[in-house]
Amino acid sequence: MDDIVIVEDLHYAYPPLTPGGEPLPVLKGVDLRVRRGEFLALMGPTGAGKTTLCLTLNGILPHLRGGTLEGRVVVAGMDTRDHGPGQMSRQVGLVFQDPESQLFNMTVEDEVAFGLESLGLSPSEMEERIAWALEVVRLPGLRKRSPLQLSGGQKKRLAIATVLAMRPQVLVLDEPVTGLDPLGRHEVLSVVEELKREEEATVVMVEQDAEAVMAWADRVVIMEGGHLVLEGSPRQVFSQVESLHGWGLAVTQMSELAHLFNRQQGTSFHFITEDEACSALAGELHVQGS
Amino acid sequence: MSFEHSPAIEVEDLWYRYDDGPLALAGVNLSVEAGEFLAVVGQNGSGKTTLVKHFNGLLRPARGRVLVLGQDTADQSVGQLARKVGYLFQNPDHQIFAPTVWEEVAFGPRNLGFSEGEVADRTTEALALFELGDQAGTPPAILGYGLRRQVTLAAVWAMRPQILVLDEPTVGLDWRGTCTLMEEVTNLNSQGHTIILVTHDMKLVAEFARKVLVLDEGRILAHGPTRQLFQQEAILRQAFLALPPITALARRMQPYGLRGGSLTLEEFYQEYTALRQLGQGG
Repeated sequence: MDDIVIVEDLHYAYPPLTPGGEPLPVLKGVDLRVRRGEFLALMGPTGAGKTTLCLTLNGILPHLRGGTLEGRVVVAGMDTRDHGPGQMSRQVGLVFQDPESQLFNMTVEDEVAFGLESLGLSPSEMEERIAWALEVVRLPGLRKRSPLQLSGGQKKRLAIATVLAMRPQVLVLDEPVTGLDPLGRHEVLSVVEELKREEEATVVMVEQDAEAVMAWADRVVIMEGGHLVLEGSPRQVFSQVESLHGWGLAVTQMSELAHLFNRQQGTSFHFITEDEACSALAGELHVQGS
Repeated sequence: MSFEHSPAIEVEDLWYRYDDGPLALAGVNLSVEAGEFLAVVGQNGSGKTTLVKHFNGLLRPARGRVLVLGQDTADQSVGQLARKVGYLFQNPDHQIFAPTVWEEVAFGPRNLGFSEGEVADRTTEALALFELGDQAGTPPAILGYGLRRQVTLAAVWAMRPQILVLDEPTVGLDWRGTCTLMEEVTNLNSQGHTIILVTHDMKLVAEFARKVLVLDEGRILAHGPTRQLFQQEAILRQAFLALPPITALARRMQPYGLRGGSLTLEEFYQEYTALRQLGQGG
């Protein structure tokens, strides 16, 4: 097994808010392995520790925020205890939940160039990567625009472009498509899928939208209260309708429908996609006019 | 509760351009009835946020005018408009500024001139509703994104504005947070408050909005009842909007006698069950 992300018995607590106060424990014993080339979705209610886990994967935690970290995180062979975010970020591209927190340059193209400047690329290669990354996220016409003038969705896509341009082995995406329109969501996720397929990029994506997870992810991990509480294929996980609702999480609308039938009529439907729902339900009806 | 003005919002030939930017709104005409539940949809950059920021005076028309409860916004300050139009920003950090969660939520009602007793009641109620009771003394800035989002919801909620503009309110919320929010928004709407919901989530649109406004490059592409819009596939395609899965399923099952217009799981379930009984009876 080629596990590119290894998280072992990870505990993390943020430093106290006030001097002499209590530390704030968030991760309480997380074990996770992600295979090279896998597309893993991370779901969980607000406050479960999803973002905190993402921040440990490239060493931002504990290196930039302090706090106490126990257990270990090894990504692409590098232990985050020995490597800070500066080194880790070449291999682990992290897109934050709030894109504005990672945009600070004067123009859109400078924003993408910024990370690339540390890689020692030739000017033509750099230009090629900037053009490619902006094309991928549908912002090619806005190269000279200030990031501050972009709409919320455009800022999100720019933040993704800055990370894509680095071509990292592992992409850690914290709600990368929330706030994007359906076309933008599809484009971003298909690019992520393409990077996974053609370059064996590994993807760890925090996402609340069950439909997107069902459509794109190979595996889902559910996180709650600083622990991983359920994992499996999207099909396995989304059939656990009552457990997911108990954790405050959505399932796909089709699993919800199956659950409604099962609860009301004692059926045992387990369809998850529209195709499956259509075949299961059409059997009970007759084609009109026949 | 009843409000005397109707319509709640009127937009007449509204044009707007950001500095050095492209045209963001190009001749929008719109009337939103008091008590309406309107969804505003369209691609990123289609002008949704630009349009709704004219309702509370954050943006001022380059041409045309906007009337809120019958009064031209040109004659009103942002402060005056805030009494009528509650606005929930897309990014919670654009409206968080107080030292504690309690102060953040109390600011709005206090600013509206309510007594301290009323301010405290509304704040307590809003914090409880959005499960923020334990965070009352915490600085909002240190909370996670989902919780900061809930703080801004509580702050707008405590003001109970006649018109409530929600700009992508469910982004960053989990399913339970979304359910709580939409339940409360529906409550406000049933008491006569006008709701304007900017979103990309077509499941939310299908379930809650009675009317939909589709924007495309600063112009109105469609405006009408939700059910009617969901039948207009050419418009949906042009605006890159996908039907919610349940509506798509109902559409696919039209050959079996479904009408194809289900907007919610319950509608689908009832129509399907009735159809099946009919089949078994005959």
